[in-house]
Amino acid sequence: MKLTEEEVRYVADLANLELSAAEIARMAKDLDSILTHIDKLNKLDVSQVEPMAQVLYEAEETATLSADVAGPTYDSATATSNAPLAGGGFFKVPKVIER
Amino acid sequence: MATTTAPLATPEMIARYEPVIGLEVHCQLQTNTKIFCRCPTSFGAAPNTNVCPVCLGLPGALPVLNQHAVELAIQAALALNCQVRRKSIFARKNYFYPDLPKGYQISQYDRPLAEHGWLEVTVEGVKKRIGVTRVHMEDDAGKSIHDGFKDSGVYSYVDLNRCGTPLIEIVSEPDIRGSEEAYQYMTEIKQVLQFAGVSTCDMEKGHLRCDANVSVRLKGAEKFGTKAEVKNLNSFRFMKQALDYEIARQVALIEGGGRVTQETRLWNTELGETVGMRSKEAAHDYRYFPEPDLVPLEISEAWLGRVKAAMPELPAARRARFVESYGLRDYDAQVLTLSRAISDYYERVAQTSGDPKLAANWVAGELPGLLKADGKEIEESPVPAEKLGELVGLIAKGELTGKLAKEILPKMYATGDSAKTIMEREGLKAMSDTGELEKIIDSVIAANPKQVEQYRGGKTAVMAFFVGQVMKATRGQANPATATGILARKLA
Repeated sequence: MKLTEEEVRYVADLANLELSAAEIARMAKDLDSILTHIDKLNKLDVSQVEPMAQVLYEAEETATLSADVAGPTYDSATATSNAPLAGGGFFKVPKVIER
Repeated sequence: MATTTAPLATPEMIARYEPVIGLEVHCQLQTNTKIFCRCPTSFGAAPNTNVCPVCLGLPGALPVLNQHAVELAIQAALALNCQVRRKSIFARKNYFYPDLPKGYQISQYDRPLAEHGWLEVTVEGVKKRIGVTRVHMEDDAGKSIHDGFKDSGVYSYVDLNRCGTPLIEIVSEPDIRGSEEAYQYMTEIKQVLQFAGVSTCDMEKGHLRCDANVSVRLKGAEKFGTKAEVKNLNSFRFMKQALDYEIARQVALIEGGGRVTQETRLWNTELGETVGMRSKEAAHDYRYFPEPDLVPLEISEAWLGRVKAAMPELPAARRARFVESYGLRDYDAQVLTLSRAISDYYERVAQTSGDPKLAANWVAGELPGLLKADGKEIEESPVPAEKLGELVGLIAKGELTGKLAKEILPKMYATGDSAKTIMEREGLKAMSDTGELEKIIDSVIAANPKQVEQYRGGKTAVMAFFVGQVMKATRGQANPATATGILARKLA
C-alpha cells in the first residue's frame, strides 16, 4: 500500500484539518502502515462469516429500538452553553452562504 | 449570487429534445419524536428547545432508533411497491455544515431499507409506471438562518430543533420525461404517503422536499445527456417552473454548440431561474461507512406481516371501493380521494346519511364552495361530517328538498348548529301535505294562463317554469318531484 502525500492532504482537507508539511509526512507514513495492515486482514476469506454487529444476548429484533414517546429536552440556554457564540436562543456561526 | 440570465431555448428547439428526469424526494415521517433520540418533532417550538445531547451531537451521546419511524418507513416502502430488505444498514455520510453538529448524517447507503418499487402516474390520459429505485431512512439537519438579524451580514443563526427529524428519501429511476410527469409523480407520492399515514406531506412546513436530476437528449437518442442536479424545489409549482427552466437552459446550451456541465444548481424563486453553486468538488466525497453506533436493522417476516396488516387503505383501492360499494361515478371517486382527509370525511357523511351517492354530491360539490370562500381545508370544516350526514339524510328521507338544504348548509357553516335546529328555528320543512301543495299549484296555474296554453300546445319545456313558480311560492319547501307529478296531472 502506497499512500501519497497528495492523498493525505485531500483527506485532511475533507476533515477540516490543517497539517504542517512535517505532519503530512508523518501521517502518510502512519496511515500507510495502518492500510498495509488492513490489506493483510483483507487476505482472509470471511465470505462465510456473518459480520458481528453486536454482542448482545439473543433478543427480539425490536430490542434495540425505542418507543416513540417524548423524553426530556434541554432549554436553549443549556443547549447553547458551550457554544463560542450564541444569541436569541440560536447558535451563531460565521456567515455561511451555500453548502 | 450570479444574476446573469442564461439564454433559453425556443419551444421549437425544445420539441426536438427529450428531457430525462429522476427525482429524489425527502419526506418527513409523522412521528412524535426524532429518529435517534426522544426529542419532540413539534413544529414551531422556540429555537434550540427540542434538543438533547444526541441531536446536538455532543460527545458520547448514542443514537437509539425509533421503532415507529421504522414502521412508517416500511409502510411507505410497501405503498411504493418496494421490496423491503430483511436486513438494512445505517451509514454515516460525512460533511461539514453548521446545521449538522455531528459532522455526519446518519443515512443508509449500499443496503437501504427497500428497493425495486414503482408508482403509476397518469399523464394526458396515459398510464405509466415510474420506477422507484430505493427508499431509505435518514435524519434531517437543523436550520440555518442567513437573513433577518441585525448582524446577519456577519453571522448565520442555527436552530437545531429539526436536527434528527426522521426522513425517508425516495429515489426514482430516470423514468420521468417532462415537468408535467414530474408533477404527477409528486402528486401521487404525496397522496399515497398521506393515505398510508406515513407523512402529512405539508410542503409549507418542509415535510416534502424534492431535488431533481435533469438532462436532455435528442429525441430518439439512446445515451443520456450530462445531468445537472437542481435543488430547492420546495413546492409543486416551483418544481415545475424549475424543471421547465432547466430543460430550456440545457437545450439552449447544446443548440449553441456548448455542453452541459455536471453540477448542482439551486432554484432561485425570485429570479425564476436555476443558478449554479460554487461548491468545491470535494464536497461530494461523503466517505460513507457503516454507522458503528447502530446495529443492523433486521425486519422479520412476522414484523413485516404486522406492519402490512396495519396498512391503511391506499387511494387506488379506496377509489375502486367507492365505485363498487357506493355506486359513485369514476370522476366523483377521484375527487373524493384527492386527500385522505376528504375521503375519511366523505365516508362518515355517507354512513350517517345512508345515501352515499347523494352524500358525494354534497361533499364534492356544496361543501368545497363554502370552504374555498373561507380559505379553509376540509379538516377545518365548521360543519362536522356527522352534521352534514344528517342534512343529507333529511334530503334522502324527503324531509328536506335539495333547495332548502342548500339554504340551510351555509347557516350550519356559520353557526355550527345542526340542520334540525335551524329547521325548527326557521320553520323550514319539506311540504309533505299534498292537499296544501295542490292548492298552491292551483293558484300558480290560475295566475299563468299564457304558459298553460303553451304547455297544452305541446311546449312541455314550460314545466320547468311551473315547478320554479311552485318552489318560489312554497319558499323551497315543496318536493320538486311531487310538484312535477301534480302539475303534470292538472295540466294534462
